Amino acid sequence: MSKYYVNKFLFTVDRDPEYLKRYIEDPKSFVATWEQSIGPKLNDAERSTVNSLTDAEREALVNHDYVALFEMGAHFFLNLTMYIGIYDEPYMTRSGPLSFQREFAAKLQHWRDKDYPSVET
Amino acid sequence: MAQLVATLASTHHPFYLKATTMPPEQQMPQAPEWKRKVEAYRETLAKTKPDILVMIGSDHFHQIFLDNCPQFLIGKAPRYDATFYNEEREFGIPKYVLEGDEAMSRFMHQHLMDQDFDFAFSNELKIDHSIICPIITVRPQNDLPVVPIYTNIFAPPLPSPRRFYNLGRAIRKAIDDYPSDSRVAAIGTGHLSLELGGPRQFMETGPDPVFDRQAIEWLRNGDIEAILDNVTHESMIKSGNATQGFLNFILMLGVAGPENADYVDNLDLFHTMEAYFTWYPKEQAA
Ligand SMILES: [Fe+2]
Repeated sequence: MSKYYVNKFLFTVDRDPEYLKRYIEDPKSFVATWEQSIGPKLNDAERSTVNSLTDAEREALVNHDYVALFEMGAHFFLNLTMYIGIYDEPYMTRSGPLSFQREFAAKLQHWRDKDYPSVET
Repeated sequence: MAQLVATLASTHHPFYLKATTMPPEQQMPQAPEWKRKVEAYRETLAKTKPDILVMIGSDHFHQIFLDNCPQFLIGKAPRYDATFYNEEREFGIPKYVLEGDEAMSRFMHQHLMDQDFDFAFSNELKIDHSIICPIITVRPQNDLPVVPIYTNIFAPPLPSPRRFYNLGRAIRKAIDDYPSDSRVAAIGTGHLSLELGGPRQFMETGPDPVFDRQAIEWLRNGDIEAILDNVTHESMIKSGNATQGFLNFILMLGVAGPENADYVDNLDLFHTMEAYFTWYPKEQAA
C-alpha cells in the first residue's frame, strides 16, 4: 500500500487543469498514463523508481471511489477537493448547492462513530 | 523597537468572498449578517493603523506536499503571489500579489532560530487561502507588506498544542524586539471543529458545536491553561478530522499572551462556526 503515492496522484491531478480534464474524461487511460509518466516525476529531469500503486489503489482511482480512498487513509483534504473538482458542478446543477458534499458524507456514515483510518504517511 | 498593535485570530472561510458578492437573490440568507460581522471585525484592525502584517496560516497542499513537509516555515521574499488554480476553481478566489518585507522576515527567522524554533524557510513562496482569506476579510485593500508564517496542521505527526502556544510567544518576542519603529499586527487563521472529506462534513452545524462554544470561551478568557489541559491531538480529531486547525488559534493566543480578548464575535454557519477575536496589547488598550 502506498498512501503517499495515492496522495501524490490526488495532489498532482487536482492542481492541474489539463490532468483534471483527462481524469474526468477517461479515468482508466489517464491513471495508466499517470503511473507511467506523471507519478514517477521528481522534476523535469529526474524520475523516481520507488513508488507504485497497488491494484486496489489503482482501481479506486480509476473508479473515482472516494469511499475506498478514505478507507485506505488517503488525505481527507486531497480526497475531498479532488472529487469536488469533478462532481460539484454537475451535482449543483441537478440537485442544488452542497448536494455532492452531502452525498459524499452519506456514503461514509458507517465510519461516523469510529476512529477513521489514519492519514499519517 | 517595533510595536505590536493588534493580534487577530479568526477562522478562515474560503467561500466568504463568493457568498457575499454573488447576486443578492442567489445569496444564502446569512450572507448580509456575515458581511456585517466581517466588516466590523475589519475595523478592529484598521483602527490600530498597522504598517506590517505578520500572517500565520497553513498551506493546504498547494505549495507544500508530503515529499518535503516542514512543521514551521517562514517566507523570506520581496513579494508573494497568491491563490492557486484549484482555489480559484473551487472557491472563486482571485489571484493576488502581496508585498513582502524581507528585512523583517530575515530578522524574525534569525530570532526564532535563536529561540530554538528551527524554522524552514522559502524564498519563493506562493500563498494560499489560509493567508488570502484574512486579506479579503480584514485588509481587502492589500496595501501592507507581510511576513508569512506557515504551520503544519494537516500532515501528521504535528507539533503539540503547547509547542504551538510557545511558538506564538516566541513570535511575539521577535516582533517586540524588531529594531524598527513600525506598527505590527499579527493575524492568524485556523478552524474550530471542522470535518472535511469525512462522514460529518457539511452538516447543519460544525461537527462538534459543544467544542466550538467551549473554545470560544477559552479564547475569550485567554485561558491557555484550560486549553492545554483539555485539547490534545486525539481530542481535536474526535471533534472533526480537520479540527487541528485550532492549533493556529492556540498559537495566536501565544502571540497575544494569556489575556482576555478585546473583541469577540462568532457566526454559526451551515457547516462550521465562524469566530473572530482581537487582542490589543494591554499598554495600548486605552
Ligand atoms: Fe483551511
